[in-house]
This record gives sequence, C-alpha cells and structure tokens, in this order.
Amino acid sequence: MVIPIAANNKENRLMVLPPTFTRNLFFTGKGGVGKTSLACAFAIRLSDAGKQVLLVSTDPASNLEEVLQTPLSNEPRSIAGVTGLFAMNIDPEQAAAAYRERLVGPYRGILPDDAVQSMEEQFAGACTLEIAAFDEFTKLLANTATTLQFDHVVFDTAPTGHTLRLLALPSAWSGFLDSNVTGTSCLGPLAGLQDQREIYQVTVDSLCNPECTTLFLVTRPERSALREAERSSRELHRLGVTNQQLLVNGVFTAADARDPVAVAMQGRCEEALAEMPAGLADLQRTTIPLSPTQMISVEALRNIDSAHDTFPATDGRCFETTGLTSPTAPMACLNQLIDDLASTGRGVILTMGKGGVGKTTIAAAIAVGLVDLGHSVHLSTTDPAAHLMATLDKNQLENLTVSSIDPVQVTDEYRREVLQHAGSQLDQDGRRLLEEDLRSPCTEEIAVFRAFATAVSQGKDGFVVLDTAPTGHTILLLDAALAYHREISRQTSQLPESVIELLPRLRDPSFTRVLVITLPESTPVHEAVRLQQDLRRADIEPFSWVINQSLRPLKVCDPVLLQRQQNEQAYVAEVDAQHAKRTVVIPWVTTPPVGLDALRQLSQRS
Amino acid sequence: MSRIVIFDRALCCSTGVCGPQVDPTLPRFAADLEWLKHQGHQVDRFNLAQDAALFAQDSLVQKILTEHGVECLPLVFVDQQLVSQCTYPSREDLAQWTRTKLSADMLPIVDQGCCGDTDCC
Repeated sequence: MVIPIAANNKENRLMVLPPTFTRNLFFTGKGGVGKTSLACAFAIRLSDAGKQVLLVSTDPASNLEEVLQTPLSNEPRSIAGVTGLFAMNIDPEQAAAAYRERLVGPYRGILPDDAVQSMEEQFAGACTLEIAAFDEFTKLLANTATTLQFDHVVFDTAPTGHTLRLLALPSAWSGFLDSNVTGTSCLGPLAGLQDQREIYQVTVDSLCNPECTTLFLVTRPERSALREAERSSRELHRLGVTNQQLLVNGVFTAADARDPVAVAMQGRCEEALAEMPAGLADLQRTTIPLSPTQMISVEALRNIDSAHDTFPATDGRCFETTGLTSPTAPMACLNQLIDDLASTGRGVILTMGKGGVGKTTIAAAIAVGLVDLGHSVHLSTTDPAAHLMATLDKNQLENLTVSSIDPVQVTDEYRREVLQHAGSQLDQDGRRLLEEDLRSPCTEEIAVFRAFATAVSQGKDGFVVLDTAPTGHTILLLDAALAYHREISRQTSQLPESVIELLPRLRDPSFTRVLVITLPESTPVHEAVRLQQDLRRADIEPFSWVINQSLRPLKVCDPVLLQRQQNEQAYVAEVDAQHAKRTVVIPWVTTPPVGLDALRQLSQRS
Repeated sequence: MSRIVIFDRALCCSTGVCGPQVDPTLPRFAADLEWLKHQGHQVDRFNLAQDAALFAQDSLVQKILTEHGVECLPLVFVDQQLVSQCTYPSREDLAQWTRTKLSADMLPIVDQGCCGDTDCC
C-alpha cells in the first residue's frame, strides 16, 4: 500500500492514494468530484494506521452523513467500524444563527423589540454567514481544545467558490484589519470576532505552512474541471497555500473495446489529461479509477485505497436500456424543453446547480436552440470560471449576444460609481474612509447582485439566458438587506429599477423559468434538492429539472458503465417522482459539447 | 473641547456602502465626524448592531428608544446634552454645537452650490 515516489515520476499510476505527512488535509473541488469520498478514504486510512483523526465537513451541502452512514453534528462523533475516526459537520447557516444569537440574544427584553429586530436584520447579511462559518473553521485549525487530541484533521471543504472565499477570508480580513486606519469601518459582522485576531493569524499561518497543511485539488478528467482546478490552484497559491497535490478522480479505462461509448469516454479522459493545464502539470498527481458504484459505506471507502480490477467479466452483449426504464413516462429531451421555453417569446431562463453539473453548457445549448427557432437571445454568465466563451468557442451566431458578469470588473465599476455618486461631496478624509469601506468583501457581493439584476431586467424585451444565479438563500438575504436599506435611506432612495423589480420578476413564472441542473448521482441530486428548497423558500418554483450526462439513453456493454447505468436509475427515478415537476434527460455525449454543432447535438431528437 | 456621542442606527458600516445603494448622507456624516476629531474633539459613535450594550446601559437612550422606537436614531449628544435626533446633522450644526470655527477650506467639497444642502446662500 505504500508507494515509493520516484523523483522524476510525478504520477502515481497505482490505484492507491498518495502518502500524507501533514496534520491538516484539505480537499477542494467542484461539487460531485468526490471530495467527500476521498477525504473519507484518507481519514479511514490514517485511522487504520492507528492515528486519531477528525474528519470535518464545512460544506453547506455536505453528504458526509450519507457517505459514513452516521448522523453527525457540530461536535466530533466517533464512527462505527473505524477505530480512532471522529467526524463532525459544520453547517454554516446554523453557525450563523448561533453567532447571531450570541450577539443579539443578550438584548432581548432589555432593548425595545424594534431595536432588537433592527440588530437582527443587520446580522442577516451574507457576510455574517461567511464570518460565522470561518469562525467555526478557525476554532478547529488554530489547534484549540476541540482538535488537540487528534493527530490529523481532515477537512472535506465546500465547493470551489465557497472554499476559496472561506480560505481567502483570513488574509482578506487580516489585511483589512491592518490597513483600516480609522477603526470604524465595515467590519460590522466581525464585531464579535475582533478580539480573536491572533487566532486568525494562527489559522493563516497553519494554512500556508507546508509542514502543517496539504491541500488536495480534487478534479475529474474533463477539460473544464481541470481548468477550474488550475484556477483554484493559482488562487490558493497566491494566498500562500503552496503544499498542493492533484487528485484526478474517475479516470476511465474501457474494459470492452466493442463498446463505442466506453471507447469514446476513455478517449475523452485521455485527451483531457493530455491537455493538462500548465498550472497543474508540476503538482504531484494521483489518478483514481472511475468507480462502478457509489462510494457510500466505510468498506467501499476502504476499497478506494486497495481495490483493483474486480469487476465481473460480461459476456460482451450490449444492452438496450429499454428494459431498465422506470414505469413512469419517458423523460423529455432538451429540444422539447426548448420548444416550451420558446412559446412565451421573452423572459429569463436561469440554469442553476452546483459547479460541474453543466449549467454553462446547458445555458448555451438552450440559447442556441432558441436562436435556431428564430428568437433573439442574450446569454450571460456569472460563473467566475467563465467557461462560456470556451463553450461557444469562436463560432458566431446572428441574434445571439454573449456577455459575462466578471466579479472583479463589476466590483471595480460599482466602486467607481459609488465614489462618484457619494464621494463627490466629501473632503479628502471622508473619501479615504469611503474607499476603505469599499474594500470590504460585501462590495463584491452587492456589485454582482446588481449586475445580475440588470441582466434579468433585460428579459423584458427578449430572451435572457443566465448560466447561474444567486441561490434562493442569497436572494432572500439580499432582499432583506435591500428592504432595510430602502427604509433607512428613504429620503434618498435611488435604487435602480432592476434591483427593486428583481424578486418580483424571479417569482413570476411567466417571466422567469428556473432550470435545476444535476447529474444522475447521489451528491449532485441531493445538492439540487437543497437548492430547490432554497428557491422555494424565496417563493421561486423551478420550471424543470435537467439531468445531464446520463448514460441511461445510451447503449453500453462495458461492465463499469453498465453498473453505473444501473445505479443512475434510482436517482433519475427519485428526481422524477419526488422532486421535479418535469424532468429532462440529456445523454452523455461522445464529443465534448464545445462549439455550435456540439451544442446542437445536446438537443437532438433521439 | 467637547465630547460628541452618537447613538446610531444598526449599520454594518459607518459609510453604509454595504447596502444595494449608498446613501450619500452616511459617508458625508462619517467624514464630518473625522473632521470633528481633527479639530480636537472626542467623538464616539455607537452602532446599535455592534454596541448594543452601550444603548442598554444608558437610561436616557433606553427611555427615548422605548418611547419613539428606532426611528429616533441617530441620537447626538454634545457634552451629555441631547442636541439632535432622527437625522444626521450637518457639519455646520456640529460646528455650532461644539463652538468650532468652520474655516472655508474645511467645508466639504460640493457640486451643487457653495453650501451644500443648507440655504445659507
């Protein structure tokens, strides 16, 4: 099981996990790439070697409970069947609620009700959520009482964007506290934390110390996933997290050369790996083979580290999936969905879902489909990875305009606008104070939110397809903040119409159609369920679910793919029966969906 | 020199930039307080969201809050005398209450008229 690492062989070809030497292990990557499974596999291996290990999930959509088949809380709990392994789950929303209560609670019944209420509103902001989550995270990383007894702390961290923000926070806040000359600035939600600066510093130091922390970038052998991993790698490197390793999960090798899907899939893996982005090429890399089954249960996880080719040989017959079809009506295809979307002649179409499920690709395919039906379409992305341009390649299409909401750019524009609008009446000191406050992390959130609102408002006149959107939770938080600010600044209310109208527009089913995008696998489906709950809390009802990259409509005979095809059934059936008002299934395609022709292929009638 | 104490609304930052739209009053007021400090006065600005304890400890603030609700904020005290409530006072008012000379070059730079929101000209 121990692999000698040859100095000039960066890739461990063996199907086992690389050895680890640091106390802290972090796993980062898009939802569904297998962070939780791999974090668990590492934690189990360390425990099996006699270590005391704490496994922590800070992912708001964690499926750690599902994977370990043990109910978890925010206190370490021992895991049956693995001596020395403890696990805990930090729910950022719960942490935020507790944090809010700690700050507001003591004044209930002391200050008048409306004063308490206005305090609560102030701590309902998005920043409170992040700060509270970070607070929990800091407690564990700064070697405090909770973790002292453990030899290793393994963090199954949240999907990329969230993780990055979480990890970016220490340096952001520390930098902010250092350079905040006036001491009065935008640290509102940090109020309860300011006396913990040393702990922040310990956290930052520990993250950046290669002898304390290893960061595993978990990715799939797909071009966009690898590019995303490169982006995270660079960003984390910039933040000082230098001890990085790459785990490529789900590398597929066809067992049966007669299966064209299997051969194509292997080809796509190989191509993607051959095009390894420069920023990842120098990292120590481990490839983990595509598993035929879900990595749920301790035994299955132990097998990641030891399993070799144990799939039963098949007789080589390829099966039609008709025999596997669930008793419900056959699922609709993407082209039927596009026809329905087209019937209103205008409005906003949002593709929502976790990273890596294909939001951008599907948004682009829908945009192209609507243009092909003769409509004018504006396609816009708020995906920070901005794959949209790559997805559309360089092909041009009349009646299709494409733009992206670049967080850095919109934040700069917003800063300039504020400085111009509010800063013009200020003297030099006042301007400096305002500039200081505009460096706060909230500024970006607000800037992106406004850019999103502007894009949505364009749906009055034609079709607007957006490949991602704030979650229902974010929308509600920002709406509360907005209502509040509308109230306090009533004398100078100059809110743009697009912002005021955003929520009513999103709630209007004849104006906005939300598509929940998922993959036919456990984590993506359960993340999508949470997303839908979130949206429903904001009174937004998804129009349809789209299950992407399904093997179900395909003819396969490779044993791994057959097994996976069978596993999909349960998830497709669950979506259709329990979650979705309507379900669309998009088959896995043999060529990467880049460029107009490949996008059109997604909506081809089967 | 005077001591100016402001019991402010629940804000997450003193300039209000966290909102979807910045209210220019807030950065202006924050700048005016900076100016007062530069004139040698002691300025303490308490925010309901962050400094609730100080609101709770002050019986007069408690009383006004209970009678008038959060609408009464901000409360401005100069040397323990309540001088203003409900609104953010202007730099001219602050100067007058603290008997501070308002020299020409200390005036805020404005783009509408010579004296901002007041009707002095």
